[in-house]
Amino acid sequence: MNFQQMILNLQQYWSEQGCIIQQPYDLEKGAGTMNPATFLRALGPEPYQVAYVEPSRRPTDGRYGENPNRLQHYYQFQVILKPNPDHVVDLYMESLKRLGIEPACHDIRLVEDNWESPSLGAWGLGWEVWLDGMEISQFTYFQQCGGFDCYPVCAELTYGLERIAMYLQNKENVYDIEWVDGITYGDVHHQSEVDYSKYNFEYSDVETLTNMFHLCAAEAERIAAVHLPQPAYDYVLKCSHLFNLLDARGAISVTERTAYLGKVRALARLVAGEYLEQRKQMGYPLLKDEALRQQIMKQQEEEEA
Amino acid sequence: MAKDLLLEIGMEEAPASYLSDILTGFQNKVTDQLNAARIAYQKVEVKGTPRRMVLMIRDLAEMQEDRLIESRGPKKQAAFDAEGNPTKAVLGFSRSQGVAVEDLEVREVSGVAYMFAVKSSKGEKTEDFISNLLLEALASVNLPKSMRWGYHHMRFIRPIRWILALYGQEILPMKIENIESSNQTYGHRFLAPEAISIQRIDDYEKVLREHYVIVDQQERKERIWEQVQQVAAGVGGQARPDEDLLEQLCYLVEYPTAFYGEFSSSYLEVPVEVLTTSMIENQKYFPVFDPDGKLMPGFIGVRNGTDFRLDLVREGNQRVIKARLEDALFFWKEDTRKKLETYTQKFPAVTFHEKLGSLQDKVERLRRLAVWIGEKLHLSDSEKSDRAAFLCKADLMTSMVYEFPELQGVMGRYYAQLSGEDSEVAEAILEHYMPRFSGDALPKTPTGIVLSLAEKIDNLTGCFIIGVKPSGSQDPYALRRQALGIVNIILERGLDLDLREWVRFAYEGFEKVEKTLTAEQTAEEIVDFILQRLRGVLLDKGFRHDVIDAVLALRSGEVEDDVRKVAAITDYRTTPFMDNFMTVFNRSHNLSKKWEGGTTVKMEYLTDPTEIKLYTQFIAILPAVGDCMECGDYTSAMDHLGRLRYALDQFFDAVMVMDEDENVRGARLSMLKSISQIIRTIADFSLLTA
Repeated sequence: MNFQQMILNLQQYWSEQGCIIQQPYDLEKGAGTMNPATFLRALGPEPYQVAYVEPSRRPTDGRYGENPNRLQHYYQFQVILKPNPDHVVDLYMESLKRLGIEPACHDIRLVEDNWESPSLGAWGLGWEVWLDGMEISQFTYFQQCGGFDCYPVCAELTYGLERIAMYLQNKENVYDIEWVDGITYGDVHHQSEVDYSKYNFEYSDVETLTNMFHLCAAEAERIAAVHLPQPAYDYVLKCSHLFNLLDARGAISVTERTAYLGKVRALARLVAGEYLEQRKQMGYPLLKDEALRQQIMKQQEEEEA
Repeated sequence: MAKDLLLEIGMEEAPASYLSDILTGFQNKVTDQLNAARIAYQKVEVKGTPRRMVLMIRDLAEMQEDRLIESRGPKKQAAFDAEGNPTKAVLGFSRSQGVAVEDLEVREVSGVAYMFAVKSSKGEKTEDFISNLLLEALASVNLPKSMRWGYHHMRFIRPIRWILALYGQEILPMKIENIESSNQTYGHRFLAPEAISIQRIDDYEKVLREHYVIVDQQERKERIWEQVQQVAAGVGGQARPDEDLLEQLCYLVEYPTAFYGEFSSSYLEVPVEVLTTSMIENQKYFPVFDPDGKLMPGFIGVRNGTDFRLDLVREGNQRVIKARLEDALFFWKEDTRKKLETYTQKFPAVTFHEKLGSLQDKVERLRRLAVWIGEKLHLSDSEKSDRAAFLCKADLMTSMVYEFPELQGVMGRYYAQLSGEDSEVAEAILEHYMPRFSGDALPKTPTGIVLSLAEKIDNLTGCFIIGVKPSGSQDPYALRRQALGIVNIILERGLDLDLREWVRFAYEGFEKVEKTLTAEQTAEEIVDFILQRLRGVLLDKGFRHDVIDAVLALRSGEVEDDVRKVAAITDYRTTPFMDNFMTVFNRSHNLSKKWEGGTTVKMEYLTDPTEIKLYTQFIAILPAVGDCMECGDYTSAMDHLGRLRYALDQFFDAVMVMDEDENVRGARLSMLKSISQIIRTIADFSLLTA
């Protein structure tokens, strides 16, 4: 199965399960979790089911295209099921069949792995999914996001697409993955991996990036103050990426690191609060089950009182 | 009448690291609640797999036991007036208890007669309340980490998906969030996913076994170990017992099948610790050793399922371990291209601790301290201590240790050997972390001992200075383990040293650090902290706590000497001389303990022959007592002091210590005080119990 077909199959499968298929968000981010379709939608009482491919960037993982397993830009396939259905694990296992992985023929295990993103003020409990000893997915029940308790809880499923593709295609080098017939992953991404590694490690300008970080942080605060959560969130994402770039350049000492992360976390929390307030003002339009809406409104009133 | 009860809580895969603790916790809570509710049962058992917690109560009585409720009312005196009519007080009590006044009983409590209402409470039917009891027990189990799911509010380790609950033949009604109990369970996630009805409790384990689930953890564990040994024998090798790994695997699989996989022998170039760490920690494999104890190029994995398509599973696992070992080989080659020494160049840029400076600062402190300690103990020569201290953190800068932090020290030793360092220096790099865990070996080489002590003293001093001290279960820098390490090293080696002096010397190394304590305060707190560990060690060795406390109360800071004292007093206690010695101590101590006039005896006021004799004798033995203490012979010191008894008794018989004349009284108290003070340089004997 080629890389493209894998994505199409996953999209088809999760679409059949009632997910919206959204598209990647148009800003740099470290993981699919940071897409507003996860970070913001995980907040508040409204249900949401979504799946999307997310290009993800981790500047420090760049290896100039020389390491067979590590990339500074890679793809995650992300699914958010909010609230998590009772048979969510079964749904995931079923999706593996669409990738040609018959669970009964393999050794598939859910191994405890708890996820935490200090910069997003988010954490959850869950597993790594092992396929014959290899980690192929992350499975997390979100407990907090932006410092707020998640209610209801959503399940986040993240497939490591390159890992799975290497397994399915029996490749030992990520660049040898067949994207479509005659075109490899290397054809699509190798040169940019080399170039970004050079940029991230050697050519990025620390002073410019530092200035940009502070400008973006100020802009995020300014926009959050006028109650525009998603535009404000864009600048939080920019901050997060700029921080990662500075980190890759080795420009951040341990003490500064704590301060930078604290800044991003505070901004994420600010935006999360704004988003929650906005949805509340809107009367939670996606809460379509009237009985549930009444019950949740009552709970909120009790909590406030 | 009694019936068995079976409760199976089906859940999504529970964390292997602490499921066993949760099961035990549940068993204890249920047992406590059953006892509190006065329900008879034969035994409470728990079993578990990654997907189920199983509770089995054998012969659970169908009725709660009856009981008498006795409530105390007013005093009898206040219950009736002069004419014998009930008072308001007793009428009110009678009403509130629902017991007629004439049925109240009179009972005496501490000699006073009270009115009592005695009612018998009929036991209730077990089935009426057992569900709630079990749910309460479940909710009160201590969970290390817990989560919510969906729209529910309950917190548990992972979402609960089904409940099978039977009491005798009947389904026991229970509800947890949206899940209602039934007689249904589920087999292996992939091999038997359909619902299965359980008709009889006795069939439960058998039926699940047929559906690829071995419920009993002990049986599963034994099976895994048996299979692993068989597979190892099949390739002419052997696996080593590893209780931690076995326990984890046991809670990762419901139906184990062990298999052998191979990797290229070219990876055996990498140190064996790296290979086994990768296999055990990352992949949960058993490494395999040949009859000579050499690592074989293979591993034993345990699959959750049968041998169906085991070839695919083996192939997949072989690919994963290949990629892992490829990485390890790469790190090994990369790291060994340079000498270990060159990695120290990175120290200034690396933070050791935000408040304690860089790794460079840390290493400079260690060098200074190690050289000093080496000289103090006449152990290592200063060149070796210094070199080992200089290199001991270098491996933290290598790729291998970045990838496998648990290999710190181990890699340092290898890299030092390859860099041509002195063999004792190389050994000391590994040993300076020892003991790394409870039961780990202690450092053996002189340089290793010196550096290990320096490392621990520096860590303790640094942390205490900046106010990081262990409290309750919080001990992020494992300071307790390090303090215990210090105690054990001192005891094993019989090292004579003064902890206060060491800490004060270490303290001077923290010039650049902002401090919350003075040198004196730091020394006192660390001495106390280490003495607490020493106390534990001595208790474990079987010494009496009063003897230990009597010695440690002096807070001498000289660990080895304290142990000698504890041993001497322990032996002495069982001899007939102890009585003489304790009489001397008690008689001198009791009267003089409040005396604040010092120990200078004004001889001119000692007039009675008995007191002159006592004092003369005391002065005469002082040099001998001093010599004994100097060389740690506390038994002889106690002998000398005990021999004062005859003179002391005569003195007490002949005179009143508390004479009216202030000067006479003062001279006598000063004399007694000086006797008791000498004794108290051995231990605070007032803390001994009979």
